[in-house]
Amino acid sequence: MTRSLRRLSFVMAALMIALLANLTYLQFFAATQLRGQAGNSRTLLEEYSRARGPILLASTPIASSISTADQLKYLRQYARGPMYAPATGFYSVVYGATGIERAENAVLSGSDDRFFVDRVQQLFANRGISGGAVRLTLNPAAQKAAYDALAGRTGAVVAIDPSTGAILAMVSSPSFDPNLLSSHDPGLIRSTYDSYLADPDQPMLNRPLAMTLPPGSTFKLVTAAAALESGRYTPFTIVPGPASLDLPTSSRVLNNWSGAACGPDGKTTFENALAISCNTAFASIGLDLGADALRAQAEKFGFNTSFDVPLHAAASRFPSNLDLPQTAMSAIGQFDVSATALQMAMVAAAIANNGEVMWPYLIAQTLSPGLGVLQTAEPSAFSQAMSPANAAILLGMMVTVVEQGTGSNARIPGVRVGGKTGTAQTAPGQPPHAWFVGVAPADRAGGAQIAVAVVLQNGGGAAEVSGNKLAAPIARAVMEAVLR
Amino acid sequence: MSSSWGAATAGAVSRYRQPSRRWTEAGLLAFAFLAGSAAYVQVDLAVLGHIAPDTVPVLCAIAALVLIAHISIRILAPFADAILVPTVVALNVLGLAMIHRLDLAELQRAARIGGTAPPPDVYSQLTWTAFGIVLFVAVLFVVRDHRMLQRYTYTAMLAGLALLLLPLAPLLGATVNGATLWVRLGTLSFQPGELAKILLTIFFAGYLTVTRDSLALVRTKVLGVEFPRGRDLGPLLVAWLVSLAVLVFERDLGTSLLFFGLFVTLLYVATQRRSWLVLGAVLFGSGAVLAFLAFGHVRLRVDVWLHPFADEADTSYQIAQSLYGFASGGMFGSGLGQGYPQLVPYAKSDFIIAAFGEELGLIGLFAMLTLYMIVIQRGLRTALACRDVFGSLLAAGLSIVLALQVFVVVGGVTRLIPLTGLTTPFLAQGGSSLVANWIAIGLLIRISDTARKPDSEAVRLEDAPTTVTRR
Repeated sequence: MTRSLRRLSFVMAALMIALLANLTYLQFFAATQLRGQAGNSRTLLEEYSRARGPILLASTPIASSISTADQLKYLRQYARGPMYAPATGFYSVVYGATGIERAENAVLSGSDDRFFVDRVQQLFANRGISGGAVRLTLNPAAQKAAYDALAGRTGAVVAIDPSTGAILAMVSSPSFDPNLLSSHDPGLIRSTYDSYLADPDQPMLNRPLAMTLPPGSTFKLVTAAAALESGRYTPFTIVPGPASLDLPTSSRVLNNWSGAACGPDGKTTFENALAISCNTAFASIGLDLGADALRAQAEKFGFNTSFDVPLHAAASRFPSNLDLPQTAMSAIGQFDVSATALQMAMVAAAIANNGEVMWPYLIAQTLSPGLGVLQTAEPSAFSQAMSPANAAILLGMMVTVVEQGTGSNARIPGVRVGGKTGTAQTAPGQPPHAWFVGVAPADRAGGAQIAVAVVLQNGGGAAEVSGNKLAAPIARAVMEAVLR
Repeated sequence: MSSSWGAATAGAVSRYRQPSRRWTEAGLLAFAFLAGSAAYVQVDLAVLGHIAPDTVPVLCAIAALVLIAHISIRILAPFADAILVPTVVALNVLGLAMIHRLDLAELQRAARIGGTAPPPDVYSQLTWTAFGIVLFVAVLFVVRDHRMLQRYTYTAMLAGLALLLLPLAPLLGATVNGATLWVRLGTLSFQPGELAKILLTIFFAGYLTVTRDSLALVRTKVLGVEFPRGRDLGPLLVAWLVSLAVLVFERDLGTSLLFFGLFVTLLYVATQRRSWLVLGAVLFGSGAVLAFLAFGHVRLRVDVWLHPFADEADTSYQIAQSLYGFASGGMFGSGLGQGYPQLVPYAKSDFIIAAFGEELGLIGLFAMLTLYMIVIQRGLRTALACRDVFGSLLAAGLSIVLALQVFVVVGGVTRLIPLTGLTTPFLAQGGSSLVANWIAIGLLIRISDTARKPDSEAVRLEDAPTTVTRR
């Protein structure tokens, strides 16, 4: 039996080797994929068992982890959760993470490769692995002013530091409470999530970044920039401004919102056309410049590009293949032109920043668990949308809008404010969207400190007044908060 | 070699004497105990942050048991294999450590949700370990020569079959998780199948010792493979039918597979005819297909095996959790007490390998499977060294039982093969299995002692002429 016994022992060894090979596959080659699988609660438990790093504004945490007695050892808590929710996102056992929680998960969870040294130190110090911190660019005063001013109405506010592109305010309204979605009670999480989903006001929609709406008259800033850049327009150029404009190659007619002509003999200056938001004038200018020039100008401001701040912002749109009536409508921010609040804030910011568009960003710094600086944001230019000279001219025209034109509600005593109202028509019967973009101060040597865009979705009110009536006060509140 | 040959030719009385290697065993036992205790203490430190008050008494009890086992071997089987028992002790203590670790997880959970934790299982497992070691010693004491067991060949068969089918008896049988393999007597419950596997191994070994020559006879040749006579197929068919009965009536895929695999493999070992393996494979294959077609629970097992993540919340929850455990353990494991092995249902018993995989990682499992490999190879070595056919077959059979169990269980929880309900020898929670496996080790120790014994009872090789005999 020696022979068969020897053979048997080889077979037994082969069985064991099969087990070992399979284990090697399972624990080495397939492990990464299995760890990432949705049903794997271990990965989540592991993440929750670490002290996740905070999300900071300056040195104040707006998201932090506190230790708990339950199986998920740390609970995520959000100070003023709904106000900062568009930035922080949530951190849910059931639905995963969104916002900064998701975009910067590697840093917050401590799994970032750059933490290697920290991890070794933690290992030897026999401390648990803890995460790094993320410091946001948001200005608490601006954020609060915007959130309070929106007062639950459906809309968005974005404020940018024009010279850097740092996002100072990013508010969505109505908002959601990330605390409820980040609790340790799956039942509560699910019911809350479902109720948010069922809410017609879409509280979980990240309006400042994700919602694109027709910008209406605020887009006249882009058309005006294109006009100035063409070299054929100055603020004093006489432009046609009839009560109504026949759109070429069609039977349609474009009316001014007031129903009246924009000046005597249906003519006015370019500057006044912007100040009173003359539709027929800007439609004519748009037809004069052509669709390609308008699109080129819009794209220099960032239209048709999506920005990751690092949260993904939808691309604002300036359509292609426009016929003449469509070109005329697009020049006044109607037809298929659509923009995020972020985009319109970038337009205003660029005009206030010598024509230079900065990449928008939300993260000022990432910090290691020991709060050493890992990375600091470096502002960078996206494009030169217009010459500094033309930018200065357009900024002056924006001041005229506020001081003498439609943007009266954005005035701040003692501060030169530039701005532009907008009221975008939507589907018939629906109230228009009320827009306002503003910059302040417009006469500061170092450039403006803040550019802000406000939009109230179906904000209500009638015609062109709603931008000034509804949106401008919100913009003013945000600007005041930053300048104060 | 030359010296012993020279001594024999010189007619000297001095014989080549195998070293007893008891001190090697003592050293290995100390190492096994220390490694296992280190694991036990590490669990405490990782989970509690301090050593639990009951840890020291538990470890002392284990030390006492190990000492008893060692002293018994010194007295009752002084020439036995020196590696078997230390290896088994290492596995047993690691199992205790993991059960303790999972006990602590239950305690923590109870503290968290405010309920009361189930009583710790480590004490009952320790009690069973003690009982196992006592029976191990009893085997050494009662079975002074393994050849006496051959006399009980058919008694073993009857007792084995009775035990195997006992769970089917009315009033006694209990069905747990779909498989009827438990017997309940009041509060006591045990799996008679575990004991049956030893009795049936004794029966197979005794039966094949007697019949192997006739079974090895060749009559017909089909497709180049020689097949046995029709009437010699009888026993194979009986074994097949019994294992099918186990599968059908007790729904115990693992035990069924184990018995049939054991019988076919032993047939091959005894007769050296590969035709038995071919026949066995054909019968097994057809049985498997029949079972697949006839039984929903078999189809479900296969389905879960092929698509472990298809019904993750329900039918494949266990295997999916097990795979996640292995994956999260990765190369090095989370460290004892630092993973989430409690997420896998039955982590203490059927899925204890998954718990080890998670906390000790691939490296830890390599080491543990190597321990099993050592036990199996020492068993087969004992079979090779044994000078009588019955002893050889018995040792081989016990090794095969162990190897098949390890393969089926570990293969099942790692999704190499469909999951079946067998216990992981020496590691898993469960008294019947632990006790039965200690008895099996007792028998192996007895056989290896006889094989290596230099006294007058053994055949004096050096006196025999140098001829090659076929066994």
